[in-house]
Formats: sequence, structure tokens, C-alpha cells
Amino acid sequence: MTEVNEAPKGASSGGDGVDGSEPLLKLRGIDKHFGPVQALYGVNLDLPAGQVTGLCGDNGAGKSVLTSCIAGARQPDHGQIYFDGRPVHIRSTRDAAALGIETVYQDLALADNLDIVQNMFLGRELLSHGLLNEDSMELQAGETLSTLHVTTVRSIRQPVASLSGGQRQAVAVARAVMWNSKLVLLDEPTAALGVVQTQQVLELIVRLRDRGLAVMVISHNLNDVFEVADRIAVLYLGRMVAEGSAADFDRQSVVEYMTTGSSSGRPFEPAGSAGGEG
Amino acid sequence: MTADPGETGAGTAGAGTAADLTAAPEGAAAVVPPELLAQSLRQYLRAWWLRVRSGNSGVLPVVLAMALVAVVFQIVTPEHAFLRPSNLVYIFGLSTVYMVLAMAETVVLLIAEVDLSVGAVALFGGVVAFKFVQQPGSAWPWWAAIIVALLACAAVGAVQGTLVARLKIPSFVVSLGGFLLFSGILIIVLGGADGFVNVSASVPNQRVIYYLVQGRITPVAGWVALAVVVGVVGTVLWLRAAARRRQGLAAPPAGLTVIRIALVALVGVAVVLICNVNRGTSLVTVEGVPWVIPIVLAVLGAWTLVLQRTRFGRYVYAIGGNPEAARRAGVSLAGIRTWAFALCSATAGLGGILLGSFFYGEYSTNTQDPGQLVLYAIAAAVIGGVSLFGGRGKAIHGVLGGLLIGGIAYGVSLLNLGSLSTPLQYILPGAVLLVAVGVDVLSRRGTGGSHSV
Repeated sequence: MTEVNEAPKGASSGGDGVDGSEPLLKLRGIDKHFGPVQALYGVNLDLPAGQVTGLCGDNGAGKSVLTSCIAGARQPDHGQIYFDGRPVHIRSTRDAAALGIETVYQDLALADNLDIVQNMFLGRELLSHGLLNEDSMELQAGETLSTLHVTTVRSIRQPVASLSGGQRQAVAVARAVMWNSKLVLLDEPTAALGVVQTQQVLELIVRLRDRGLAVMVISHNLNDVFEVADRIAVLYLGRMVAEGSAADFDRQSVVEYMTTGSSSGRPFEPAGSAGGEG
Repeated sequence: MTADPGETGAGTAGAGTAADLTAAPEGAAAVVPPELLAQSLRQYLRAWWLRVRSGNSGVLPVVLAMALVAVVFQIVTPEHAFLRPSNLVYIFGLSTVYMVLAMAETVVLLIAEVDLSVGAVALFGGVVAFKFVQQPGSAWPWWAAIIVALLACAAVGAVQGTLVARLKIPSFVVSLGGFLLFSGILIIVLGGADGFVNVSASVPNQRVIYYLVQGRITPVAGWVALAVVVGVVGTVLWLRAAARRRQGLAAPPAGLTVIRIALVALVGVAVVLICNVNRGTSLVTVEGVPWVIPIVLAVLGAWTLVLQRTRFGRYVYAIGGNPEAARRAGVSLAGIRTWAFALCSATAGLGGILLGSFFYGEYSTNTQDPGQLVLYAIAAAVIGGVSLFGGRGKAIHGVLGGLLIGGIAYGVSLLNLGSLSTPLQYILPGAVLLVAVGVDVLSRRGTGGSHSV
């Protein structure tokens, strides 16, 4: 294999490797450049339902650009996105939301002065007779939070400013999953959290997966990635250099892919394909 | 879960800062039985105290300040005249323009901007309305004149808002320009530096505008109106709490709802009682609730509805709290900002009309200082509890702050201080403003520290 991009193509041609079904979201040959700077080179990525995919990469590898292409915040220059097997164009965050793609940004995008319910429904308020229907929103928000087992908040009518970092993350995630979403993108969900709260957020991610959602976690923290990810994808300088089941990776190899684009001097080969790792 | 604020979730031990939110873990106290009323009242008081400590002190400080001002001026004014019914009614009339302008300013402060032009735009709106109701000229019906004035002001606000929202010029600069511009235009409209415009109580069409502030309803009608208001407010409060309880949501205990309704009734009875005392001379009987009180209450009700119960209001708070979050949620920042400025200016225009009415239907460039108006308006909003940094405050804060400012201004004028009187009318509100802003900054710092992850 001379071209690094060959590997994931090979991986995907054999199905997603876990249950053989079509992944919920498929990226094929995504290119993106900003002026003369090429940010993504023909990136392929599969995000299957019911699995957590960890997206790794050093700073500037293109994680954020790739995420924003899926979230609808940016459009790829070339390439095709398939959702549920159908080719789609995601031109805006609204398009993404209509498909069931929700993004939890690193800064969480919560308004501190609004309470939990108000934040969860921001931009999508329920109305009755032209006025806000607070009771329905409160009921639905409470339901969503309890299905996610977010039980540490005392009242969902308290302002978000009074919440801990983990609770804020939980509110942001709950907001993302409340809309029958099918794919949730989490940008550095544990970056600002302490040990206990990180654990709570990771448990929350597992619960999303158990509900059958496709989850993509963008993270620097390999501990977190290995704890929750079923699949791992590594970007290096805008190229997808490795993508496969988490069992095919160890910490050492992920770090090497992140920093050099190859492991032990060889490009990634999924365990299932001919030739194997050795 | 989380239906009742008394309920702490089971499980997940040690959720970090959940500690500062915990009261006694009452467990599954989803529905509060009546015999636990005292306990849940205590819970509510505790929740309220937490809000106060987190900087959302609501109306408490300004109400305390008003009580303090009332007591102090009652003691120091000659003949202890401050709390006479005639003075209290006069203070409300004097404060009207501050209250209405402060409500106008509140919506702009909520999106973390400032509008320095409310004073000049208010006077502009007042003069437009006064000009339109009389000959020579068009002599429009009074309501049409008011609508034209409000629309003209809204247009001014929309232009300023567009400059702020689309061209990203700081609102401080835009509205400072608007302030100077309309201070000048005002003089032109009035017909020169000594110009004036007045409406007369003897012309039927001008009568309504003349009497907007001074007009009174009969004492009996006052009681009837009060009964209707208390009945409506009480029914709404009661039904809303009942609906929440029925759906299993956290609702105030019935006792608290009763207390709230009783408070509304109590304040209303006090106001009507005071207004129904004859405040005229031995020759002329002057009694009854002045029109301006229901007018201000209507503006307050409208703004409260808009800010608390509409999408626009929710987005105003969201932009004040975190504009980036609002933008990502699909809120049109420019649209909401422009509307906020337009509605602010329209409300200011109404304040200007009321101001002219308060001064017995006369406007002149000599008596009105747009600069002082805007400073009092901003001070009133901030003193009332509206945050200068956006996202925090309600219309009621503007009303209470305006009353406090008007009370101080009038109290000082009662003191017979001679040459000290005028400077004190600036110094005292200024000092109160600094205290209020200091509290705002400190409380914001307090909450800012607690959640910085």
C-alpha cells in the first residue's frame, strides 16, 4: 500500500466490520480547503449506529473541520456524504438537525442566565397560542434528562450558571439527544472536567450508544477514547490514516498515527483485511 | 425526576458542586401534601435565598431601598410631608417618565447594549404626538397621533438598531449620535430654541392627551378596577399553579400562591386608598386613581408578557447571556437586536407623551433636558436590578427603579435646601446608581466564579 487513503477504503468495502450493516453516516472522499491551505484530503469515515467512534488527531489535523462538515457549519469542496445510505447535502446546521445530527461543541453553547429547560429548548421553543408553553417544555426536558439518568441537578428550573461542569455537559448532551437525533457529535466532551465528572460524562456517552445512537467523540484524551470508543479513526495532517475497530489499536499505535501518520513505519491495516497487522 | 426542587436525584454520588444546591434530600417529595406546607414554604424561601445569593436578588434590594428612602425623607422633610397622599400621587406622576424610559432601556440592556438616545427620542415622540393633535396642521384624532408618534420613534430605533446589529457599530456610539441628532431635531420641530408646543384641556381631541397623567377615575371606579385586576391576577396565578401541579411539575405550594395574591391585593388596596384621599384644596376636591397608574401597569404588563412569555423575549435573554449560543441555536442576532432597539424607542416615545401630559400638556426646549432623562432612565433600570452586562432583569425592575429615582428627586426638592437642592438631585441618584452597579458587578463576579469549570 502506497497511498495512506487506501486503508480505510479497504476497511469500508468489507462492511463496517462489526455487524455488516450499512453505517448510519458515510463520508467518502471529503476534500476541504481554505484558500491555498488544504485542510482535508479525500477523507473517508464511517459512523455506524449504536457505536461510539473516537476521532483522534493532533492539533491542526482537521478534526474540527471534519466535524463542522458533518454538522453543517461548513460544506466540503468535494466528496459525498451518505446518511442512512442516501446521498445527502448538509448545507446548514438546520439541515443537519433535520437529518438528526446534533453537535455538542466544546464550549457547550449554553446561556448561563437561562435555566436548564430554556437552554434545552433554545431556538426550538414550544408555543401555545403564540406564547411559550413552559409546562410542556419542562415536562419534556425532565423526561429526557431522566432517561439519560442525569439525576444530580436539583431543579431543572435553576440557571445553568449554577451547575457544575459535568452537569453543564450533561445538559448540552441532553439538548442534543432530545430531538430524536440519530448521530451526536461531541467535541472534547471531557476536556474541562475533573475525574468524577469525566466518568459521569463517559457513562452518559455509553448510554447514548445503548439507545442506538451513533456517537462520534472528538478527543485528545486517549484514556477517554479507549474507555468508550468501539471504533477509532485517526486524522493526520488532513488525511484519515487509520480507521477501524478499537480492538485493532493500542495507545502506542494511536499516538504514532496521530504524530507520524503511521505505526512502526507502516500504514494502518484493519485486522480483518488480507495481510493483517504483522 | 427533578420535578420538585425538593427532590435530589438518587444515585451518582458526589456531583461536584451539587453540594451548594442541596437542601435536605427530601427524597421522592414529588407531590407536596398540604400538611407539609410549612416545610415546602421553607424550601421555597431557601430556593429564593439561593437565588438572591447567586446574584438574582430580584426586586428585594430596590424595595428595601424604597422603604429606606421613604422613612428617611419622612423624617427629614419639613412637617413630615413626604408620605402625604398628595405627595405620593405626585411622585408617581413625576416618576412616570423614568419608569417608562427605564422599561424601554431594560430591553436594550438585556441584550448587553445601551441606548443613550431614549431621552431625546422620548421628547421627539412627545412633540410629534402633540403636534399632530392640533391645528394648524392635520389635527389627527388623539389615538392616531399617538400611534404615529410611536411608529416614528420605532423607526428611529430600528435605524439605530440596524446600525448596531448589521454594521456592528458599538451601540454607545450609535445612540450617542442619535441623542445629539434628536436633541437638535427637537429644537427644529419645536420651532427654535424658545419654542414650545402645548395641548389644551378645553379641546376635546387634545383633552385625552392632556389628561393621560393628570386625569382621574372616580373613587368607586377605582375600587371596581382594583377588584377586577386582583380577580384576574389571582385567577391566572391560581390556575397556572394548579395546572403545573396537575402535570406533576414543581409548583409553588398553595399557601404561597395565596400569599402572593394577598400581596397584590394589599398593594392595590393601599394604592387606591391613598389615591382616593382628597388631595385638593378646601375649594377643589381632587381624588381618585390617576389614569397614569393603569397606563404604567399596562406597559409593565405588556413588557412582562413580551420578555417572559414570547420567543422574542427568550431570545433577548439568550443574546444577553451568550450570543454565540443563541446564534448556534438558530436565533437571528441582527433581527432580535434591531427589534429590541425599535421597541425600546417606541416605548420611550410613549414615555415622552406621558411626560408632556405630566407637565400639563406643555413641551418646551427649556424645561426638558434629554441628557438628564436618559441618565435617570439608565440609572433607574440598573438601580431596579437590570444588569448592565446583559441577560438579567425584568420590566418590573425598571418600574421600581424609576419610582425610587422619582422619590429621591422629589424628596430632595421638598427639603428647602436652597442652592443645594439641584446638585443633590444629581448627587443622590448618582450615589445610588454607583451602589447598584457595584452590587451588580460583585454579584456577577460571585456567580462567575462558581461555575468556571
